[in-house]
Amino acid sequence: MPEDGRALEIELRVNGQSRRLGVEGSTTLLDALRDRLHLTGTKKGCDLGQCGACTVLLDGQRVVSCLTLAAQADGRDVITIEGIAPEGQLHPVQAAFIEHDAFQCGYCTPGQIMSAVALIQEGRATSDEEIREHMSGNLCRCGAYTNIVAAVRDAAAKMA
Amino acid sequence: MSSNAVIGSPVSRVDGPDKVHGRATYAAEFKPEGLAYAALVLSRIPSGRIKSIDVSLAMTVPGVVSVITHENAPRLPYKEMKKRPQVDPKAGGQLRVFQDDKVLWSGQPIACVVADSIEQAETAADLIRVTYSPDAQAQTKFDRALGLKPAPEAEADGRPGETQRGDAASAFDSSPVKVEGWYLQPREQHNPIELHATIAKWDGDHLTLWDKTQWVDNDRAEIAHVFDIPQDKIRVISPFVGGAFGSALRTWHHVHIAAMAAKMTGRAVRLELTRREQFTNTGSRPHTEQHVALGALEDGRLAALIQEAWGQTSTYEEYAETTLDPPRQTYSVANNATRYRLVHMNVNTPTSMRAPGVATGVFAQEIAMDELAVALGMDPVELRLKNYAETDEYKSKPWSSKELRACYAKAADDFGWSRRSPEPRSMQDNGQLVGWGMATAIYPSHRSPAQATVRLHRDGHVLLRTAASDMGPGTYTSMTQVAADTLDLPVEKVRFELGDTDFAMAPVHGGSITMASVGTAVMAACQALQKKVGELAAASSGGPFKGAASDTLLFQGGGLALKNGGGFTPYGEFLAQHGLEWLDAEGKSEPGAESETHTSSAFGAVFAEVRVDPDLGTVRVPRLVGAYDVGRVINPKIAHSQCIGGMVGGIGMALLEMVEWDDRYGRVMNANLAEYLVPVCADIVQLEASFVPSDDKIFNPLGVKGLAEIAISGVAPAIANAVFHATGKRVRDLPILPERLLL
Ligand code: FES
Ligand code: FES
Repeated sequence: MPEDGRALEIELRVNGQSRRLGVEGSTTLLDALRDRLHLTGTKKGCDLGQCGACTVLLDGQRVVSCLTLAAQADGRDVITIEGIAPEGQLHPVQAAFIEHDAFQCGYCTPGQIMSAVALIQEGRATSDEEIREHMSGNLCRCGAYTNIVAAVRDAAAKMA
Repeated sequence: MSSNAVIGSPVSRVDGPDKVHGRATYAAEFKPEGLAYAALVLSRIPSGRIKSIDVSLAMTVPGVVSVITHENAPRLPYKEMKKRPQVDPKAGGQLRVFQDDKVLWSGQPIACVVADSIEQAETAADLIRVTYSPDAQAQTKFDRALGLKPAPEAEADGRPGETQRGDAASAFDSSPVKVEGWYLQPREQHNPIELHATIAKWDGDHLTLWDKTQWVDNDRAEIAHVFDIPQDKIRVISPFVGGAFGSALRTWHHVHIAAMAAKMTGRAVRLELTRREQFTNTGSRPHTEQHVALGALEDGRLAALIQEAWGQTSTYEEYAETTLDPPRQTYSVANNATRYRLVHMNVNTPTSMRAPGVATGVFAQEIAMDELAVALGMDPVELRLKNYAETDEYKSKPWSSKELRACYAKAADDFGWSRRSPEPRSMQDNGQLVGWGMATAIYPSHRSPAQATVRLHRDGHVLLRTAASDMGPGTYTSMTQVAADTLDLPVEKVRFELGDTDFAMAPVHGGSITMASVGTAVMAACQALQKKVGELAAASSGGPFKGAASDTLLFQGGGLALKNGGGFTPYGEFLAQHGLEWLDAEGKSEPGAESETHTSSAFGAVFAEVRVDPDLGTVRVPRLVGAYDVGRVINPKIAHSQCIGGMVGGIGMALLEMVEWDDRYGRVMNANLAEYLVPVCADIVQLEASFVPSDDKIFNPLGVKGLAEIAISGVAPAIANAVFHATGKRVRDLPILPERLLL
């Protein structure tokens, strides 16, 4: 048993850094990030895989971290919103979100950005229709959708 | 005074970098030392008593610190507030959580587990066994026959049971053209993406709350009354709010639980509601049924307008809305009657949700107006212009400003309304039925007393502070612009902080009042700072400003100068000359006589295009066009975002949103985001919002009217009217589900 009395000890590579921590079998990757590693950029909006706010990249693939057990991520690469751009710089998607005002409250934003980053990498951001379809797993209750589409379109063009 | 014209320019959000980096810190994300985690148990019957509650198994879960139920919870004072804040219902009393064995609704918190980790707390909560003595008389069905007149306190607060102008009943009877119908607004949930959360921490007799709230000052006042402790022993911190739309106006009982749990355990405690818990613990837009009867002359002039509403409320509090203000004010009509009734049910108390009441009243009124246009064979815009209210006939006052005609003209033009063929089902495209519809939008503008402080620093930057909030509309940015504009500083030289009870008093962040209230206080603080600088300058023992009269000074370009040229001194240098590290000033603002002499309101016109699949009954909204009169626009970029956000909310209201209610058991059946549908990215195509020239200096010195609520007002009826135009079928129940179109 790990030192802090938790059931499992795992190692996550988070944003390029190795982090060892004790978790329960039921601990989600989302709670591990937020509560244990205090990386609160990844958001909890439903804890049921329904809103996309918790989207992170696991070995380069976008996943909802609330439906991923921390133990499943043992030994794997996790990229969160805190890790997509070097310190003091903006990722092109982040810059486009600011430029196009693609958020209001900002709570869905890290998840939107992580989805958008993956989408562009996957080559699935080639038209507005495609962006709308593939960004539909990320709810924005502030309703910034048209600006989100504009931001993703713009960032995709700049990154091409 | 100002010259750099920061007001009115599309500045990018000043908190944008924090938000896109995930650095903006929301309530659940603070981490005081020794933080423990709380999980709730909710009731499973709508009414009755708890017979037994067995926590023994839960207590065996490792890491559990405490299990709180009505059996061991401290009896809290729950002192009555002398004057109820405007966010609280005016009659009845809030839930006194864990104070007795009563169950008032299904989904009410009846126990709370505190543990070292959230997993442990949730595991233990699942192991609590409860038995009930259910009340056979539970009121789980909405029944208009049970409708009661609002309490006198609610009537005095602008929610009258009846209003009457002229003789509406006989005018309706004798009208040559009449329409009449029943309209259903289902219960809706705000569902901000951020979950409601509170972290509570006691240091001796001092309590700190990190809370999701739209009003830190009232949060503090409420908790002070619940625990009967002085307000100065409480600090509430809330720098970022991840959306709320009204759900965080009140201090709900979960905040009491967090503070109670922290007190009982001696730990800092975080209580984050689950999505499911939010459906029954943070209010909702109330289920409301309405009857509208319109009578008109052949030329389209309204002869009678009757609107009645039955709204849902709880058994323990009377939440009343201003549902019927729109039918009293929007159009000119000599004979007007309204009636408002409340149906008390075993539900948690409803609350304000974006454009509370008004969105509901406008929805019924604007569909009825469309029906009247059809009955008259008249263009819907023309009908509205024919009945244009030049004054507020309800309050018998002039409008402080009203540019609604310009809104109709601009939106109709942008939309291409003149190309509409009026006949239903006459515009088809590619096998789809195309419909164009429109509606008027209205939302009252109010303001409340507010204060702000400003500190000018040696390096030439200023820090402004007020206990306001920013749940998304851009308070951080717009206030920065007001300060930069007033002081003629670049926005980078202004820092604005909010969301802390240690800061100067601010009113609720709701009802679209923030800009008019806090904005004018920020402006006043900046003007007070200039005055102080001027006085200091005049008192100098030498130099260019010695003895200078205030009207000879110019505050420009980050410094002070003489109007006749010369003497320019940057603020930093000025402070150094006077041996000061910084200079403080404060400002306040409050409504004046205009609130007695005038009615202030935002207005808009919304036009919708829909495409309806004739076989499936599915409705798509390829575009919405709105034009708004919201007074002066501080930041067109952010204001536009607010408008399209309201439109998205309106599309949800029109086509998707409803709490599925099981009226046998009094339960919410779809308490999650997969079954309570909200618009997703693929539902939204083209949204256009524009602002007509407007500047309401009667209402306040900034000329703003506020624009959060107006943006959802009118959207649902515009879509419903477009659906009628597409299909020839009038749907009066929201949301417009495919089955409602096909059956
Ligand atoms: S929190 Fe994971 S999808 Fe909503
Ligand atoms: S910006 Fe608030 S939920 Fe998307």
